[in-house]
Amino acid sequence: MKATVLVRPKEGILDPQGEAVEGSLRKLGFEVSRVRVGRVIDVEFSAGNAEDARAQVERMCSDLLANPLIESVEVSLGES
Amino acid sequence: MERPVVAVVQFPGSNDDRDAAWALGALGADPALVWHEDAELPAGTGAVVLPGGFSYGDYLRCGAIASLAPAMDAVLRFAAAGGPVLGICNGFQILCESGLLPGTLRPNRQLEFVCSDIIVSVENADSLFTRRCALGQELVLPVKHGEGAWFADDDTLADLTARGQVVLRYRDDVNGSLGNVAGLVNGAGNVMGLMPHPEHAVDPLLGSADGGLLLAAFVDAAAEYVLAAA
Repeated sequence: MKATVLVRPKEGILDPQGEAVEGSLRKLGFEVSRVRVGRVIDVEFSAGNAEDARAQVERMCSDLLANPLIESVEVSLGES
Repeated sequence: MERPVVAVVQFPGSNDDRDAAWALGALGADPALVWHEDAELPAGTGAVVLPGGFSYGDYLRCGAIASLAPAMDAVLRFAAAGGPVLGICNGFQILCESGLLPGTLRPNRQLEFVCSDIIVSVENADSLFTRRCALGQELVLPVKHGEGAWFADDDTLADLTARGQVVLRYRDDVNGSLGNVAGLVNGAGNVMGLMPHPEHAVDPLLGSADGGLLLAAFVDAAAEYVLAAA
């Protein structure tokens, strides 16, 4: 099984990294009004079925991959 | 009295481990370096330090990988039994990631690494770690971090403040920390995390000896824990 986990700074959470990238894009002449920087984590793992896979990835997210206090996650699953 | 053993956990990327050990030794402790893969703390350990540095290269989030190291299982058991635990800088980040302390440390608001002597005020002089200080006393301590902006939701900060768990605050805004929080203790009062470095401020030759007030109280706590466990 393959999962792609998209980790984003939660809405309303200050993202200094995004602000820095936004400033640099403006410097390059782009009319940018907002940038948020997150990260993508690709995971390959074994799972019995789709339900089990989703449950596993949710645990991966809450136990390590994201900090729920400041980050939101979006998971997409696919067969490997 | 015998010198209490204070374990200093070394993670790959720790870089203030030996400074912490030196400072603790100078203040009457018997420091013992513990490798992150060790599943047990030395026999008779009276306190644990999680030192500053960049454990596991700050991969994923600062302190996230270190919080799952085998040595941390031992630290969690030690803390649950009431043992004094002090996390300095990266150690504070690890304590937050491991759930021993509330909130998290985020990139500095100003997007810059901050490296200077700063002033913190003692907000609670009754904690295990600050009892050698006076309430409101200002301490000069060095900071050196890129991700030291403590964050939690407003209710959490209000609760922590009401319960006296915010023990140190920056006098001035240093990194965008919510409520200018510089140091916190847990609900039971035996675990503390702070971003400034007391171990770099134990001798006037280094610019300040104020860190010695915190660390000496911590060494006292280690001795008391050893006595109580005996």
